[in-house]
Amino acid sequence: MRWLRIVHRMLLAVPVAAGVAVLAFFSLHLLPGDPVQIMLGDTNTSGATIKTLRHELHLDRPLHVQLTLFFAQLAHGDLGTSIVQHRPVAALIAEALPATIELTVATVAVAVLIAVPMGLLSALRPRSWVDRAVLSTSLLGASMPAFWFGLLLILFFAVNARLLPTSGQIDPAIAVPPVTGFLLIDGVLARSGAAVASTLRHLVLPSLTLGVVFAAVLARTVRSSMMDVLHRRYVTTARAKGLPETAVVIKHALRNALIPALTVAGLQIGELLGGNMIVETVFAWPGLGRLVVGSIFARDYLVVQAAVMLYAITYVAANLAVDVAYTVLDPRMEGA
Amino acid sequence: MIPAGAGPVRAGAMPFLYPVRRHGGRALSSLGRLAAGVAREPVGGAAAVVVLAYIAGAALAPVIAPYSPTAADLAARLAPPSPAHWFGTDALGRDVFSRTIYGARVSLLVGLLTVGLCVAIGTVLGMAGAYVRGWPDAAAARTVELLQAFPYLIFAVAMMAFLGPGFWNVIWALALKGWIEFYRLARGETLAQAGREYVEAARAMGYPASWILVSEILPNIANTVTVVALLRLGYFMVLEASLSFLGIGIPPGIPAWGSMISEGRNVLFIAWWVSTIPGLALLVLVLGVNLLGERIREILDPHTASE
Repeated sequence: MRWLRIVHRMLLAVPVAAGVAVLAFFSLHLLPGDPVQIMLGDTNTSGATIKTLRHELHLDRPLHVQLTLFFAQLAHGDLGTSIVQHRPVAALIAEALPATIELTVATVAVAVLIAVPMGLLSALRPRSWVDRAVLSTSLLGASMPAFWFGLLLILFFAVNARLLPTSGQIDPAIAVPPVTGFLLIDGVLARSGAAVASTLRHLVLPSLTLGVVFAAVLARTVRSSMMDVLHRRYVTTARAKGLPETAVVIKHALRNALIPALTVAGLQIGELLGGNMIVETVFAWPGLGRLVVGSIFARDYLVVQAAVMLYAITYVAANLAVDVAYTVLDPRMEGA
Repeated sequence: MIPAGAGPVRAGAMPFLYPVRRHGGRALSSLGRLAAGVAREPVGGAAAVVVLAYIAGAALAPVIAPYSPTAADLAARLAPPSPAHWFGTDALGRDVFSRTIYGARVSLLVGLLTVGLCVAIGTVLGMAGAYVRGWPDAAAARTVELLQAFPYLIFAVAMMAFLGPGFWNVIWALALKGWIEFYRLARGETLAQAGREYVEAARAMGYPASWILVSEILPNIANTVTVVALLRLGYFMVLEASLSFLGIGIPPGIPAWGSMISEGRNVLFIAWWVSTIPGLALLVLVLGVNLLGERIREILDPHTASE
């Protein structure tokens, strides 16, 4: 039954993904006027160039043909060619993606490292000063505009203390031969300690910015699911068996408490993807979010269209993954 | 304990069939009792004072602000906080204090108008969908599924990319996705209410569906909707500021906190006040709104309040 449920979920995601693509297709038609004219801006382009571009983008064909061609191209992994950068959109996105993934992994790591101990401590001592501090911090974090928090971190750690770099992904003086596109992995592959150290130092402030905000929400969830679990009979049983308290808390309670926490974390993935865009702008991080924002100002709408589609598909896939993980992890889902 | 406002039956409306209202539908009509409830607890009271102060400041901005928010004074560029300029000046010599006060107008207006639109669209579609069912309900459900595929900020950024900056564009970009939460809430609550005796009785007495929805069901779900709307308000304000920070939200001519923070980035190392002060203004307002929302939830909708 469990596997049926997973397959069912996966099938439900297919029409949504198709709908996302259709919406992305129509987004170009939201522009107030002719997309080609707008993308070319005020430059004096000849009528022939405009005509060629319209033809390349299939804008001279009927709408339903445009849509069919759009899906045909998508099926081949072809996202079009950037009018501004004269390069395939897919290549631009592929170059930006590793930086965003590195940042996201670091952010989640920071968030979990902060949130799990915080939530655990406050759940073990409800209504104590630790609990109050955790709850107030978490409320503060949930109200915190991430971009402003990032600027504060820059102000304190980078300017006043000159401790950490404020922008970019690596010291521009260090060259790492690109292998995987992931700077941290490439640095290790190149056996360059300087590159790895520089990458890590550049990673601290951006991942802390979003990680702390994310941890605020997560800590609350860990706290409430821990408190719920600690009153369960199997925890009492474990205690009655004479197990040491740490074993009870970590092995029996925390592992079960993390299942609902995982669901809430999954719901927050959207915030994480959107937050990335902000943090990448603040720290000039060369990832997907910065590519999107830069492309908006360059009126490079094909890049925006493709990237937004990718964000949405990632979000749908991530939600699906959380759903599957939840089904697999929680034995109570059997037969549900 | 009897929830506040779960009072006696409304006069004239089939008293023998009326249920005890689940959420205390009349608590909302008695704003005074609500205010007393908020003030009873220090955190909620403080939050209410903060929010009211912001509203007063925004409304009286022309009276309070010592300078015009857009008047540049190049002789006083990047002046640090002083008695003449309480919060200093920005790179164009504009008074940061005056701009921060005017910025409250944008945040509050965008937040309130967006919430208003979301509640209006979501509640109407949700209640109608639950009651009518059939294809309109199915169409709305598919739209919701599709919109849910987009992370909120990404959706708003994409909308703004294609619509261009603008006050109303920000509101529409946020509301076009924001209504789905109220749709799901209103739909679910309406379904739960529709099976209850007082609705069945009203139907048996031949009242039209529209009357039942507006006069019977709406008062019973209003509290829950209000609470969620309040809790969303701060989020919308942060989203607006994020869009303006990226330079694709409120156009540059209007003083908004997000764009002020963005402008201050370039001078962060030499003039910390340009970015930090509008950000602090935003944080305090959002915190106030969220705390007030939590407090009002405890009063109006004790069932969903967290421990």
